[in-house]
Amino acid sequence: MPKLTVDGIEVEVPPGATVLQACEMAGKEIPRFCYHERLSIAGNCRMCLVELEKAPKPIASCAYPVADNMVVHTDTPTVRAARRGVMEFLLINHPLDCPICDQGGECDLQDQAMGYGFDHSRYAENKRAVKDKELGPLIKTSMNRCIHCTRCVRFATEVAGVPELGATGRGEQMEIGTYVEHALTSELSGNMIDLCPVGALTSKPYAFVARPWELVRTDGIDATDAVGSNIRIDSRGPQVLRILPRLNEAVNEEWISDKARFSVDGLTRRRLDRPWMREGGKLRPASWAEAFAAIAARASGLGGDRIAALAGDMADLESMVALRDLMAALGSGNIDCRQDGARIDASRRDFYLFNSTIAGIERADAALLIGTNPRREAAVLNSRLRKRWLAGRFPIGVIGEAADLTYGYEHLGDGPAALTALLDGSAAFLETLKAAKHPMVIVGQGALARPDGAAVLAAAWTVAREIGALSEEWHGFNMLHTAAARVGALDIGFLPHGDGRGRDGILAGCEQGDVDLVWLLGADEIPMERLGRAFVVYQGHHGDAGAKRADVILPGAAYVEKDGTWLNTEGRLQQGFRAVFPPGEAKEDWAIIRAASAVLGATLSYNDLAGVRARAAALGAGRLDAPVGGGCADLGGPSGDPRALATDAFASPVRDFYRTDPIGRASPTMAACAATVAAPEAVAAE
Amino acid sequence: MLHDRDRIFTNLYGQHAWRLEGARARGDWDGTGALIAKGRDWIVEEVKQSGLRGRGGAGFPTGLKWSFMPKASPDGRPSYLVVNADESEPGTCKDRDILRHDPHKLIEGCLLAGVGMGAHAGYIYIRGEFHAEYKNLQAAIDEAYEAGLLGRNACGSGFDFDLYVSRGAGAYICGEETALIESLEGKKGMPRLKPPFPAAVGLYGCPTTVNNVESIAVVPTILRRGHAWFAGLGRPKNAGTKVFCISGHVNKPCNVEEELGIPLKELIERYAGGVRGGWDNLLAVIPGGSSVPLLPKSICDTVLMDFDSLREVRSGLGTAAVIVMDKSTDVIAAIARLSRFYKVESCGQCTPCREGTGWMWRVMERMVQGRAEPEEIDVLEQVTRQVEGHTICALGDAAAWPIQGLIRHFRPLMEERIAAYKAGRARPMPLAAE
Repeated sequence: MPKLTVDGIEVEVPPGATVLQACEMAGKEIPRFCYHERLSIAGNCRMCLVELEKAPKPIASCAYPVADNMVVHTDTPTVRAARRGVMEFLLINHPLDCPICDQGGECDLQDQAMGYGFDHSRYAENKRAVKDKELGPLIKTSMNRCIHCTRCVRFATEVAGVPELGATGRGEQMEIGTYVEHALTSELSGNMIDLCPVGALTSKPYAFVARPWELVRTDGIDATDAVGSNIRIDSRGPQVLRILPRLNEAVNEEWISDKARFSVDGLTRRRLDRPWMREGGKLRPASWAEAFAAIAARASGLGGDRIAALAGDMADLESMVALRDLMAALGSGNIDCRQDGARIDASRRDFYLFNSTIAGIERADAALLIGTNPRREAAVLNSRLRKRWLAGRFPIGVIGEAADLTYGYEHLGDGPAALTALLDGSAAFLETLKAAKHPMVIVGQGALARPDGAAVLAAAWTVAREIGALSEEWHGFNMLHTAAARVGALDIGFLPHGDGRGRDGILAGCEQGDVDLVWLLGADEIPMERLGRAFVVYQGHHGDAGAKRADVILPGAAYVEKDGTWLNTEGRLQQGFRAVFPPGEAKEDWAIIRAASAVLGATLSYNDLAGVRARAAALGAGRLDAPVGGGCADLGGPSGDPRALATDAFASPVRDFYRTDPIGRASPTMAACAATVAAPEAVAAE
Repeated sequence: MLHDRDRIFTNLYGQHAWRLEGARARGDWDGTGALIAKGRDWIVEEVKQSGLRGRGGAGFPTGLKWSFMPKASPDGRPSYLVVNADESEPGTCKDRDILRHDPHKLIEGCLLAGVGMGAHAGYIYIRGEFHAEYKNLQAAIDEAYEAGLLGRNACGSGFDFDLYVSRGAGAYICGEETALIESLEGKKGMPRLKPPFPAAVGLYGCPTTVNNVESIAVVPTILRRGHAWFAGLGRPKNAGTKVFCISGHVNKPCNVEEELGIPLKELIERYAGGVRGGWDNLLAVIPGGSSVPLLPKSICDTVLMDFDSLREVRSGLGTAAVIVMDKSTDVIAAIARLSRFYKVESCGQCTPCREGTGWMWRVMERMVQGRAEPEEIDVLEQVTRQVEGHTICALGDAAAWPIQGLIRHFRPLMEERIAAYKAGRARPMPLAAE
């Protein structure tokens, strides 16, 4: 541990640290533009210059490795002059358009110019003008403002894995761009907006919408995929204006996917803001009382076996607890949370979790991906896989579609045949996996949401066991979910009870007239035409497929509009807070079910959120309170015959990354993204 | 004055054959195998003792640089020798003559340097514009391979050494050693951050030493004639001979090999036929290529041409490219032209150089006309100080120094120009710098 002195303060830092990190440990603020903890070191902005004793000139602290007995000064006349000089240079070609710049108020350049710059300008020549670049529907560019820190270039190349940005030209004429102009093809591109220290890259949908000091910040959890990214919801009045990532090293580091960030404009469109009921084949506005009465009228006299409920992918834990209890009170065991029909064995928690944990990916030394495209299904998690891959010695095998995952892998096959080859030892990749100390097997929903899903699951577990991925110390079996609600629902047992029907049984029952009433809790991704003549109660927040089919619509709250709990694919329990109220007469979902229960004559026992949560804790005892991660105590696998595999290829459940949920489908921004992805050449041809 | 018997570059002017046969007749490749047999440590020690300082501009002791190369490679990384033949400094044309008239000196030097630093492969990065020179160099390398002087068991010594030529694409910045390495790797020529230095992490992440053509080309002769001979030439700490490139307003511009420490006046008068119009017609001299501050006549009268003497007068030997300007020169315009060169050649990576070179050039352009305020001379001076020493590589320094030299020695002229412009007087029009 080298020891050095920073402004007279002695600090001990880990070997390999930089002088900048040492200065921070000593509590000294070092201004910087190009340096970022998660990107490679560029050392080009020269803002972080400090004085090192015995060095002939100031050093760039971000790039300078520490050595024993260094003496660093961060606040000398030399350092101050150097910073002022660099600041002046940065500003000479930077337009003074702060009043119309969206970065205003949260701009590193503004802040550091105040802190370290000159009080006036000495530059009287013309400023440089740079043509703006078109980077697609998400990122607005104003390249005059660019200070060439290359953070965006490094992010695209290193983290996102799409080396599409670069610098062309030299000297003053250097420009950041894609050379041949085209939209960025990354699912993480929005993070460049956060990284850009100036207003060169700003959010296109958010352009000229608000100033940062007008916004109210609320901590939330992203529900657009199962990663559970930690988000900051910025709202003004009744409207969510933008979503930014929050730091959580264990989950999303400081990235979020473009879907999590940019689908907010879907929150104000196609909303269900009042109850509706179908009369004479047409939906008409109704009051809450009318809607409940209509449900009660249809439900009265029905046996529990003729009632069913399906939970959707974004549902919060609380509302699913309430719906599960309501169904139980009505005598129905026909409930399911797997609207994609995934064959998940919920008898043990580690059968359906990402047991290695997301942070644990960095400890792994080999991976096998079965029927999953993490780039589309969990973009942030995919960046963690890429990060591990970049670190080297991380062989990856893929069974499924051979898509561009942003890292290199060995394609073992399209379907179960490759899995069979691993099971009978004829695949060469098996030796690679066996040689690894911490191998991971990642099973996607694409491998499970098919008739032989249980066999695939059992086969994947067997492979994991055979390669030594399951031990007291390391749990290498991982399921990658795509639905934010799924793990929570499995934990509280939102699954068929007794001889109740599962998702397929419910749909079949509806078709055959055996099920008369179906309660859809935000379930939009089922084949609605198979609901037959059943009476459909749709509880949700968007006028999507479910609402179209519904006989009664109960307007609920989207994930940013309620205090809710979600468990991510690792089984990590996280709570989000309400940023804004649901629109119009819409209510929080658990409260709607609680109110309906009274009308249905099956009054639930709890009256407040604390009560629901206590009930959830009771239902999920031993699961919700279990620690995240950990080893595998029991090698016994899930039910299913690993030999009963079909032959058709695995396909990822996410075809259109931007529109997997009702909010994304209502969002014009997501639609624009999808259109760009569908026809990139339209832009690229320019 | 250097005796003919002490000259290293005996075919600097190309009167003799440059091919292997001719080179052998001049003593190249004589007993190279025996020199290699004396071993790595002997070679480095010999070069160290000779006092050879890098001929590319910075003047870092060559032997010391070689000694930074790792002796063993526990992780299996090979070491590389890289020769910087990207000679682009305005005024400098010495490496070019070595490459086209005496390529075997360089090739033999590469082999010996390779032994000295334990490198089994060398890369010569040659300036893209040097087409004929590239042809000659490649032909010479091919000859050497054919004669068994390079390749496996080079010169029968048991040492394997391969030499490759890579052509640049015309960027001045690729003469900076780390930018050169980037370019050699196929990337955009942008200097790397140091540390780590190339001796630890260089070409393809392996230990690398980058040397100038002239530094390498003198090595065989030093080893053959002994370090004492070389150290006996010149002055202490500024030993040996050096190829000077004399250009500008002299009667006979030329390249000439001379001892370090020769008086500037003698150099110009003896070899370049004197200043156009006589010594008293001299205005200023840039003694070491465009990057170093110029010297007014008063200093030129007495200054000696070596690293330390020129440093004492706040200039530098640089590449020893002597640019002579007589009194017909608009010295402000001359420096403004250099400023433009640096503005265009800045790679744009780091802030002070990217932004500062353009600023300096624009102000200099106004200074040429006198369209400025006298205080702006101070601002300009401060801007050069803000660039100098704050950049990743030395291009920022190189852009700042000529202007600092101008202000230091010709400030009255600049003020006069400004006053003349204010008074509405037409600018005198000496256009020699154009």
